[in-house]
Amino acid sequence: MLIVRCPYCGDRPEIEFRHGGEAHIARPVDPGATSDAEWADYLYNRSNPKGLHAERWRHVYGCGRFFNALRDTVSDFFVATYRVDEARPRILLSSEQRR
Amino acid sequence: MKYSLFSLLRQAASGHEHWPAQWRDPAPKSAYDVVIVGAGGHGLATAYYLAKEHGVTNVAVLEKGWLGGGNTGRNTTIIRSNYLWDESAAIYDHALKLWETLSQELNYNVMFSPRGVMMLAHTVHDVQVFKRHVHANRLNGVDNEWLTPEECKEFCPPLNIARDIRYPVLGGALQRRGGVARHDAVAWGYARGADSLGADIIQNCEVIAILRDQSGAVAGVETTRGEIRTRKIGVVAAGHTSVIMAMAGVRMPLESFPLQALVSEPLKPVFPCVVMSNTVHAYISQSDKGELVIGAGTDVYTSYSQRGALHVSRHTIEAICELFPMSRRLRMLRNWGGIVDVTPDRSPIIGKTPVPGLYVNCGWGTGGFKATPGSGHVFADTIANERPHPINAPFSLERFRDGVMIDEAAAAAVAH
Repeated sequence: MLIVRCPYCGDRPEIEFRHGGEAHIARPVDPGATSDAEWADYLYNRSNPKGLHAERWRHVYGCGRFFNALRDTVSDFFVATYRVDEARPRILLSSEQRR
Repeated sequence: MKYSLFSLLRQAASGHEHWPAQWRDPAPKSAYDVVIVGAGGHGLATAYYLAKEHGVTNVAVLEKGWLGGGNTGRNTTIIRSNYLWDESAAIYDHALKLWETLSQELNYNVMFSPRGVMMLAHTVHDVQVFKRHVHANRLNGVDNEWLTPEECKEFCPPLNIARDIRYPVLGGALQRRGGVARHDAVAWGYARGADSLGADIIQNCEVIAILRDQSGAVAGVETTRGEIRTRKIGVVAAGHTSVIMAMAGVRMPLESFPLQALVSEPLKPVFPCVVMSNTVHAYISQSDKGELVIGAGTDVYTSYSQRGALHVSRHTIEAICELFPMSRRLRMLRNWGGIVDVTPDRSPIIGKTPVPGLYVNCGWGTGGFKATPGSGHVFADTIANERPHPINAPFSLERFRDGVMIDEAAAAAVAH
């Protein structure tokens, strides 16, 4: 089980959280001017990277709040967690964190 | 070499020391007519049917690891075709019909055992949904029948049908043509078949780039064993599909999750069929080695780690212990994870892509093994004729843009 660091509550076990999918996906600003392909991209296409992934988590059985995380999808190592109003941290994976 | 009683006796006479290798281990050539990325069951089946049905034999199957080492060797081998929607019933039943004669077709014993797949209903909602499935399946010519709890118990004696358990059994839907097969043998059988027809199966060869010509069409692949020129690429990379497709700049409606499975210590034959319970997340059958083969759920987060958290397996084991009290003192031998590529509507994507010459067969999610022969069969047809086979036409990538989903997620209420 992963230990997830909620920015509000600290380290808690994974079963207190829900995974909320990829982070930083912006809804199209002007729906009328958005093509079907652009809607599909917004709704369904995901980067699904092998490596660093910016993703949303929600501390459902805790404070109930959403936050974002940077996690390595190869090792499942959490590089950082941050509030939704914060920008994605500029972090690259070091080989040590990969382990 | 054709396998037969005669070949077995002849090899036995010389101490079984002269069996030939089942497939070659060739070095990659500089060019092929078709390159398949991924030597799992689906990719090898594609190569086999390309050669067998379409005469396309100048084919390479590239595999970054070893043949059948991904989800083909990690699943719980359940085969069934009782899906709700017409499109799904068509493709899964196409596969099931091929399973029924696959050992003879390949001259390789894939140990297909149609021992019956029973799906348990635990709530009023389950009962209504499963009865709807039974009727929908019958309209599509797919066998499925409703069983009372007592009939479920008769079909699977270890089952606990007491009324006072947390999720009592209210009935079940039984597909008698469903069952299991030996997963490794499926990969090996298709590998041997494709190889004997001329396809090159190249292991330890990872694709690192997709090459394009000036018009944007596919021109080849860059691999860890050098450049290979080709005009057609079939991506059959399961959990790694997003990674491969990103090399051609194509974004996919996929997320990759770890799906766990585990096996118990071996027992004498005690479990006569396959039992699935979507509601309590228990999927169980007994292998010919005697191990109870148990499917667990997916972890909640996307990952490529091929392992998951123990609480996911534990959840399933608790359900198994309640449904099958005889298993309470059983020890588990090992558990593992595979990376499954899941689509928003839980149906696969099989067909062309926006890049000319690039074809994709992916999104089988948590239930791709059962479709292996049918998937390879229609995908080979799609690549050879450069248009979708009628069976996989609805499973296009464009269905997400056009809003024409095949919503098995809503139909099954779980990943399946």
